Amino acid sequence: MDHQQEEKVQLFGMWASPYVYKVKWALSIKGMEYEYVEEDLGNKSGQLLEHNPVHKKVPVLVYNGRPVAESDVIVQFIDDVWKGQGGRILPEDPHERAMARFWARFVPDKLSPPIWKWFTTAGGEEQEAAREAAVEHLRVLEAELNLGRNEFFGGDSVGLVDLSLGALAYVIPMYEEIIGARLITEEMFPSLYAWMGRFLAAPPVKDHLPPMEELKLRFRAIREYFLKNA
Amino acid sequence: MAEPVKLIGCFGSPFVHRVEVALRLKGVPYELIEEDLNNKSDLLLKHNPFHQKVPVLLHGDRPAVCESLIIIEYIDEAFSGPSLLPSDPYERAMARFWAAFMYKCKDSMWIALWTDGEVQAASAREMKANLTLIERQLPEGKKFFGGDTIGFLDIAVGGIAHWMGVFEEIAGVHLLIEEEHPALCRWAREYILDETVGQCLPDRDRVVAALTPRKELYVSIAKAMAAQK
Repeated sequence: MDHQQEEKVQLFGMWASPYVYKVKWALSIKGMEYEYVEEDLGNKSGQLLEHNPVHKKVPVLVYNGRPVAESDVIVQFIDDVWKGQGGRILPEDPHERAMARFWARFVPDKLSPPIWKWFTTAGGEEQEAAREAAVEHLRVLEAELNLGRNEFFGGDSVGLVDLSLGALAYVIPMYEEIIGARLITEEMFPSLYAWMGRFLAAPPVKDHLPPMEELKLRFRAIREYFLKNA
Repeated sequence: MAEPVKLIGCFGSPFVHRVEVALRLKGVPYELIEEDLNNKSDLLLKHNPFHQKVPVLLHGDRPAVCESLIIIEYIDEAFSGPSLLPSDPYERAMARFWAAFMYKCKDSMWIALWTDGEVQAASAREMKANLTLIERQLPEGKKFFGGDTIGFLDIAVGGIAHWMGVFEEIAGVHLLIEEEHPALCRWAREYILDETVGQCLPDRDRVVAALTPRKELYVSIAKAMAAQK
């Protein structure tokens, strides 16, 4: 019997969550089929609460009945379980793996917070400070990408760091359109700018992107909410 | 010929301790370079320019590895010796999940230590609920999260075993209580008694003395965290 047919993979997600897409892209890199379950986060299913009692969040991957939560953990799990299959998410060499893990953490720890702050703050000093902090961290990533001189942070193909940064490739342009200001221009960040286009067109990514118009409406509503409740 | 391993650390840091335990469990000889964090050396600033924090691991000529849990996974993968992470991918995912959970807990722990009033009380309740969740991960009848020997999750949680007592003493708060978390307290005692841990565990009174001057800093960090919640 084909080994793959024995495996049952379920992904619990939500259409707007970038963390869910990170897992979808990882599964795509491995060529894995799965059952996708859309959650209404305002009315979480009993299954989700059972599979992720600690955080009660998506994404959750359930593999042969055993749940894994936290997108970073899930992505590494996917790379471990389907080691010989599809593309590599993490490199082979231990030192390169350590570097990939470091840069993958840089995105949620250092880069995302000021970008979110920039997006959810009205124009003024505070927003400008957030933008400057975001630009500073983007410069660091730009330098890192230049150092590798590759198509992706992961080399020739999408890897852990690309997956971690990935959603920003479509989120940042949306934020820019909604705010009416730029964060990443080709002039300021030539490598990152080119990377964004390449990432969105990459095989594991291009057919697994959220519905953009709906997402934009959602982000507009989010910004309005934050500005009103500031 | 083995390449030299250097660990840039500082006295009293639970994160540096984590890496020392990992290196020793793995049987990797290393040179410890102690930093004075009030007067950071060029070596540290060169090797960890973004975060300027310790621990930093230097293995031969390779670029520095930073962030304690990332360093530990590196040590596990780069050197031979007993495995720190489980071999089964699902068990590995669980170890990483709970280590990440510890990281998320730190805010409520910090607020519970260094603030007061209702803010402190609410965070203390949250922290204790988190400790209960962690406690449940101890395998039945085993000394450690890793089973019979110390593993990745023991190292990730290890700070609680020694430093919780240190911070409780400085703050004058009692959070990890035997009656409330008997299994975790038992684990903490086993952890401290472990021979390898003992080789790199800084003297408790010396740590209290070294960290007490930082109390005001801790309080201001906790207040900032509470404001953001």
